[in-house]
Amino acid sequence: MFSESMFSVDAGYLEGLARGFKGGILKKTDYYNLTQCETLEDLKLHLQSTDYGHFLANEAGPLTVSVIEERLKEKLIIEFNHLRTQATGYLAEFMDYITYSYMIDNVVLLLSGILHDRPIKEMLAKCHPMGTFEQMEAIHIATTTRELYDAVLVDTPLAPYFADCINEEDLNEMNIEIIRNTLYKAYLEDFSAFCQQIGGTTAEVMQEVLAFEADRRAFMITINSFGTELLKEDRKKLYPACGRLYPGGLEMLAQAEEVEQVKLVADYFAEYRVMFEDDGTGMDKTLEDKFFEHEVRLNVRAFMQQFHYGVFYSLVKLKEQEIRNIVWIAECVSQRHRAKIEAYIPILE
Amino acid sequence: LAMLCEHPVVLYTPMAILVGAFIASGLYYMLTNQGHRFDIGAVIEGISPYLWANLGVGLSISLSVVGAASGIYTTGASILGGGVKAPRIRTKNLISIIFCEAVAIYGIIMAIVISQMIEPFNEMAATEQIRRANYQAGYAFFAAGLTVGFCNLFCGLCVGVVGSGAALADAQNPTLFVKILIVEIFASAIGLFGVIVAILQSSNAKMGDKV
Repeated sequence: MFSESMFSVDAGYLEGLARGFKGGILKKTDYYNLTQCETLEDLKLHLQSTDYGHFLANEAGPLTVSVIEERLKEKLIIEFNHLRTQATGYLAEFMDYITYSYMIDNVVLLLSGILHDRPIKEMLAKCHPMGTFEQMEAIHIATTTRELYDAVLVDTPLAPYFADCINEEDLNEMNIEIIRNTLYKAYLEDFSAFCQQIGGTTAEVMQEVLAFEADRRAFMITINSFGTELLKEDRKKLYPACGRLYPGGLEMLAQAEEVEQVKLVADYFAEYRVMFEDDGTGMDKTLEDKFFEHEVRLNVRAFMQQFHYGVFYSLVKLKEQEIRNIVWIAECVSQRHRAKIEAYIPILE
Repeated sequence: LAMLCEHPVVLYTPMAILVGAFIASGLYYMLTNQGHRFDIGAVIEGISPYLWANLGVGLSISLSVVGAASGIYTTGASILGGGVKAPRIRTKNLISIIFCEAVAIYGIIMAIVISQMIEPFNEMAATEQIRRANYQAGYAFFAAGLTVGFCNLFCGLCVGVVGSGAALADAQNPTLFVKILIVEIFASAIGLFGVIVAILQSSNAKMGDKV
């Protein structure tokens, strides 16, 4: 009963601020204006009247899509760090958990860079800024995962997730993907357990969001593994166990050998069945698009409740989706290929 | 620390110790044929009415302030947070803070009213009727203090949560503020109910030598 009252002591201001940021997410009219743009300069002009303001004002040189994307990400990082530096206690740990997924992506990116003998500076430039950790530069000294772990990763917050994938095999193409998925599985389950530990509304809201994330990964791993030499037992080890598919659905997915069988598994769950069916509107939406749409829906719903930490997670995810949308529109505009410009995912009315 | 406080062992231990001590002492008296000494009524009767009355005064103001404080920090933090991106909400939403403050004012009014009614009386020279009237007054003041204290505590909590929602909704959509204010008015009415009942309880009570 009193948990709502106690929430505001440490996190009330940050929640208000996060909701202010959420209020600045682009609406339908903003997207309509953006899709009407002819050039990237027009895009910049339209973005000035939104919450983004003059973020591109000091750009020297020609405006390209990659520059826009970088600046958009930078703005998100600035806002996130502003919230993070003021967070305390459970909220600080929660926000750290949000950054771990980006850290995992960065680690895998750096590993694959080592594999292909790319210079470390180039790789570091490509890393997602939200997932930086101190030992990033030292990663090139490793050749096997054991060395990598002992030298670099044991000091990062990702250390406990490596328990399942330390072995003496050399890094190669296949292993890197397996490493990524194993890390992500451990991370999702850890995050889910942490949210349950916090309890209350946070646990309720995050449970839903993380369960969908887990199930979505299970589906994508299954579908992407058809035609590769990934064995079924290995595939089963990559499925996160914090979703609604656990345990029965995951068993069935592990046995699946083609997309039709995956569809059969999805038929047991009302929301997933809808995603696998043809929705009959004629628009050519891929499965990933439908997953993104559902994710957006769940994240917007998180804002319907007050006094929980889920708003911070959902804010980051919605902002990310918005960045993807703007970059998509910018690409269509700059390549003058306007056929699919409407294929962004609308977030708010 | 919050987690530790929710662990079952920590929650049950003080309660278990108290209940165990209570039962053990009762059994001791019963089994050693001193049952007549285990007299709860005598213990309560032995407590001076001034303890009850002054506890009532203390509870009235302190519980009200807890409620008001909770309401103010809940609403205030949300106003601050929402006011960063929507500065127009800052002045209008101070109404919610005023509602919370009113809760504390109810508490102090009752505390003053009750404390003014506490009079000294000569216990040795008192007749039975005067003694009874004074003891009844003591209990009445305690009850009045409890009533207004707890009513204001929950009223303050409620107004705080609603006010916080009002501030954040106002930041997104200005038309919502007046609607949510109506909810807040209902929420603050329950504090008023507490004051009314407390006044009724304490108005009949008379302390002193001449009842």
